[in-house]
Amino acid sequence: MSGPFPLLPTLAAMFALAAGTFLLRLSGPALRAKVTFPKQVEKLLEVSAVVLLAALTATAALTEGDGFAGAARAIGVLVGGVLAWRRAPFLVVVLAAAGAAALLRLAGIP
Amino acid sequence: MRTLWETLGKGPLRDIALVCMAVGVIGLSYGAIAVTSGFPWWFPVLMGALVLAASSEFLFVGIIAAGGSPIAALLAGLLVNARHLPFGLAVPDVLGRGWRRLLGTHLMNDETVVFAIAQEGLARKRAAYWACGLGILACWPVGAALGALLGSVVRDTDALGLDAMFPAVILALILPAMKDRALRRTALAGSVIALALTAFLPAGLPVLVALAALPLFRVKSLEGAAR
Repeated sequence: MSGPFPLLPTLAAMFALAAGTFLLRLSGPALRAKVTFPKQVEKLLEVSAVVLLAALTATAALTEGDGFAGAARAIGVLVGGVLAWRRAPFLVVVLAAAGAAALLRLAGIP
Repeated sequence: MRTLWETLGKGPLRDIALVCMAVGVIGLSYGAIAVTSGFPWWFPVLMGALVLAASSEFLFVGIIAAGGSPIAALLAGLLVNARHLPFGLAVPDVLGRGWRRLLGTHLMNDETVVFAIAQEGLARKRAAYWACGLGILACWPVGAALGALLGSVVRDTDALGLDAMFPAVILALILPAMKDRALRRTALAGSVIALALTAFLPAGLPVLVALAALPLFRVKSLEGAAR
């Protein structure tokens, strides 16, 4: 089956994305190997990964495209977050997040 | 060399297995969306193994399916994956040496980085990173292949609430780090920045701009040092 789009240019773009993503993954460690950062900067680099992951969580939980992702997903993630904060086992956290979102959708909440 | 089992123990390995399984199920919807958008079945599988970064692949497939150009899909995918550069700055020690380092570099993604951060000590960080990375390298393309075969049957994984899983996983794993007050404020400020900009910037950029909150942490920690 072939789609309504040109496959070869799409395939080329996919390979370019794979190569570019690998270079992005490579450049951080390569830079760290060449340059020795002061302790404080090193701490800041660690913090930046957590900040990125927090921002990723917020956008993935609340947005889809340009707009709001809908209450079901947001509440599902919130339920998971509260359970994690109360030190519930990881399995419970993840299944509760998905389960809450699924139940809300079943009840007609998007 | 000690085995992953001995280094990590049962609990973290079970958590990692769960996340890999969730990634596989999301792979189902990715493969299904790709074939129902007109891609050949092998495309999402090959892309899954070579790019190994879910959100950029969803975006790539979505742009092509909507009639966008391959160049636009490529640029959008690269932008979404740009966060791997700061990730690499934060976790260079877990990647291994020699030829393994190439594979270790390829395995860098949101889940492997967050599992590495959540573990204490370099040996455990490295073991968690590799266990999660290899698991995802297996589960993501296999999930995509199954999804491509099953087609539209599994297209709507939102009904199962799977879209709430990924943010909940990352949230649960960064929560322990949030005990640090300065870090918590910085992360919250970064999240607010990213959310506020989502409506105005292309995907991937708001998360990067969240790093603009970093001076908050710096000011706080310098104050702490001066005291």
